[in-house]
Amino acid sequence: MRSLRFDPLWLVLGVITGAYLLFLLAMLGATAAHSSPGDLFRALHAREIRYAIGLSLATCTATALLSLFLAVPVGYLLARGQFPGKPWLDAALDIPIVLPPMVVGLCLLILFQTPFGRAVERVLPFTYTIAGVVLAQFVIGAAFAVRTMRGTFDQLSSRPEEVAMTLGCSRARAVWLVTLPAARRGMFAAASIAWARSLGEFGPILVFAGATRMKTEVLPTTVWLELSVGNLEAAIAVSMLMVALAVVVLVAVRLAGERV
Amino acid sequence: MIRLESIAWRAGAFGLENVSFTVPSGSYGVLMGRTGGGKTTLLEIICGLRHPTAGRVWLGERDVTALAPGARGLGYVPQDGALFPTMTVREQLGFALRLRHRPADEIARRVHELADQLSVAPLLDRRPDGLSGGERQRVALGRALAARPQVLLLDEPLSALDDDTREPLADLLHRVQRETAVTVLHITHQRSEADRLADNLFHLESGRVIGSPARADV
Repeated sequence: MRSLRFDPLWLVLGVITGAYLLFLLAMLGATAAHSSPGDLFRALHAREIRYAIGLSLATCTATALLSLFLAVPVGYLLARGQFPGKPWLDAALDIPIVLPPMVVGLCLLILFQTPFGRAVERVLPFTYTIAGVVLAQFVIGAAFAVRTMRGTFDQLSSRPEEVAMTLGCSRARAVWLVTLPAARRGMFAAASIAWARSLGEFGPILVFAGATRMKTEVLPTTVWLELSVGNLEAAIAVSMLMVALAVVVLVAVRLAGERV
Repeated sequence: MIRLESIAWRAGAFGLENVSFTVPSGSYGVLMGRTGGGKTTLLEIICGLRHPTAGRVWLGERDVTALAPGARGLGYVPQDGALFPTMTVREQLGFALRLRHRPADEIARRVHELADQLSVAPLLDRRPDGLSGGERQRVALGRALAARPQVLLLDEPLSALDDDTREPLADLLHRVQRETAVTVLHITHQRSEADRLADNLFHLESGRVIGSPARADV
């Protein structure tokens, strides 16, 4: 007679999940074993790498904040608004997620060669500048932030907001006083995801902002530049630093209690 | 007074047609109807959260059909209370008065008055996730009454409660209406609630409202 308490399916599912987790850990473990604290300190000592760390942290933070400014209104519109063409808008906002990253960079480069782009560049130059790094990160980071905010607003009932309107609020004030405070975990998750995506962004930055040392070099650029000159130790040390930063973000998002 | 004149509303196959009825000032009106029959939609039209395709809504002597929800001078208690998730009970009760820029001491006085009237004084510093179903409904009622509206709209306020909580809350609704003389429209699908509370009883059937005369004992 088969036991009612144990189904072999759980064993199979457990083995598959365990094997996948083991693979991920083996990948990271092997990379870590290839490096040493000495390599990391030497890498951190290099002026170019310190610049890349600083630029990565600054641009990712700027991108996360800009993404949030976009994601809150767009996510709210998608969650609460009823208008013709909504499914099309919804699909269009995923374009940056499905486009190959190099193509995003190329599209940006071409956009800024058009008369419109040239006019913008006369005020604020983007091509091969730090602003270009932020814009390249923003295109993709913002798309993920919009998804997260839409999910957040979808989960929040519109009823409290409507009650606030009956008590004397305009819709904008009801959103500000009632909905946004309730969405703060989602906002933190959206900014964190945009930040983490931006940290790993490479293709669009390489194409649109270049890989100039001490100018537009961010951490993924460092890994690529160090690998291309055969300096594997520095490439691995910087990679491990990025892994550590990514883990910090992952834990922060989980602690914020928002499913992403 | 709440007066609906030939209200119509449509969404796909569902609709309300030529809905007219009046709840006299200071009385307790109950609108009965089956679940999914459009009762909540009708309440949302009175609130101004939905716009009717035809007809007019009067509150007191004012035609409020074109007014924003907040300009109608009403209190609304949705089905699950819909408390503001991040605010304490104290903040919820003071919300409408803060919007009106009332002085802090007046708000504090009103909050305590409501807390005593609705027996939520020990809960003032709690947030909604620390309240039971009955407590939530009492707080939602207090939040709706804070600015002393002329009209109170209640969407199935007792339906999600267990028997032990339902009876005292029904008593409370009756008492509060008598004390404040607010004009109430309460919607429900339960006959016993209607029999117990209604001064005026209306039925919503197939998108139309059929009124019954005021109860003789009122």
